[in-house]
Amino acid sequence: MINFHYSRASDVADAVQQIRADPAAKFIAGGTNLLDLMKEDVERPSLLIDITRLPLKTVGETAGGGVRIGALVPNSDFSYHPLIEQRYPVVSSAIRAGASQQLRNMASTGGNLLQRTRCAYFYDTVTPCNKRTPGSGCSAINGINRGHAILGTSEACIATHPSDMCVALLALEATVHVAGPKGERAIAIADFHRLPGDTPQRDTNLDRDEIIIAIELPAQGFAKNYTYLKIRDRLSYAFALVSVAVGLEMDGGTIRQARLALGGVAHKPWRDFAAEAALNGQVASPETFRRAADVLLRDAKGFAHNTFKIELARQAAMRALTQAANGTPQSQSNKKIA
Amino acid sequence: MTQNNTVAKTRNNISVALVVNGTGQRFSVAPWTTLLDALRDQLDLTGTKKGCDHGQCGACTVLVDGRRVNSCLTLVVMKDGAEVTTIEGLAPSGGLHPLQQAFIDHDAFQCGYCTPGQICSAAGLIAEGKAKTDDEIRELMSGNLCRCAAYPNIVAAIRQAMSVMVEKP
Repeated sequence: MINFHYSRASDVADAVQQIRADPAAKFIAGGTNLLDLMKEDVERPSLLIDITRLPLKTVGETAGGGVRIGALVPNSDFSYHPLIEQRYPVVSSAIRAGASQQLRNMASTGGNLLQRTRCAYFYDTVTPCNKRTPGSGCSAINGINRGHAILGTSEACIATHPSDMCVALLALEATVHVAGPKGERAIAIADFHRLPGDTPQRDTNLDRDEIIIAIELPAQGFAKNYTYLKIRDRLSYAFALVSVAVGLEMDGGTIRQARLALGGVAHKPWRDFAAEAALNGQVASPETFRRAADVLLRDAKGFAHNTFKIELARQAAMRALTQAANGTPQSQSNKKIA
Repeated sequence: MTQNNTVAKTRNNISVALVVNGTGQRFSVAPWTTLLDALRDQLDLTGTKKGCDHGQCGACTVLVDGRRVNSCLTLVVMKDGAEVTTIEGLAPSGGLHPLQQAFIDHDAFQCGYCTPGQICSAAGLIAEGKAKTDDEIRELMSGNLCRCAAYPNIVAAIRQAMSVMVEKP
């Protein structure tokens, strides 16, 4: 690992001031992704600003009936918090589907949002990668791209976003609260992550002198009819080939309101209003689910090794919708698909 | 333990205080020193193993303030004031911890390289209290790889230790 400067931020304003002062500085919280990337020489910060002593570690109810989770709450505490387990089980489930318990104990909520892709070419510093070195080219488009994106890709980048948590947050329409030199602002989770376009070096719309301070979940948690279904190469501790977060508000056998988001298929967690429109007001049936899945994948485009993901995503979406409608969410310990 | 809530930007060694296996330690580390390297190289606690050094194998698992973490992805300077428990400090007085006894009873290893991490991880798992079934033990131990594939015996050992520790709190 390279040598770097270290400092400890005393409060949020100090953190923002410190990162403004050094264009090559980075914040560090859990460090599970950043230190790994530094050991691989992909990230080379001049300064790590330790934010772990900032008062961003509480989970509490908001006046609007939602729940606000501090950016430094560890992923494991987020997942097991009684308010989250009871009211937002799809978030609890998605977090437990990712990483290992050791990593979840370390990783922060804010850091999970800022995870970088696990594209092997992004990690391999001797190959071109537009995300790592803008303008150098994409090695994945004509390389080994079995794990890569099938939706929203560009000529510049076909990497996927690795987070499970963010897929559930997208389905629930969470809000990201950030602080910067001009004060605080709120970013809808759908607008937080970016498609690659011709600037794949930018994963998110967070400015580099801003810091995430909290995530806010709205009142509607879809706690009765939900699932997080993750399909991967081994049964645990692997990134998704495809994952699906579903929340349904049911009226008997009819879907009153649907939320449907995919992970492992794009540069950002993927949500499509047209697919949800194909579910809203419809009877929960295999035909309805197939129609919605077809809409969801209508623009999917495979590359040499990942075309299988299109049908996998379609089948996973249908299965997840069935699980949610039946009130039989996927267990994250018994891996038999419900 | 004393600790500073602010540290001004520095590239020099930083003085850090830790309680390691019940003993207060104060030592000086470069900012880029991982907890794993400090335990092994500065404190001679070589029970904690370096496997992948990237948080993928779990061999470096230790308890920090009672929670299991990957020490290879932990910077010592960020843990000033913390309590660290390694495999050397798991059993209070020279005896064997119920998990150590259970791993022997069930032959839960072959080469033994992953074992300190497996046992510290299992200690964390039991403290968390979330695993009740074998499926749950397997899932919550998935961050600890065993290339000898002693997994069935590891699960049996953890199940035994869990019952012993619940009976004798």
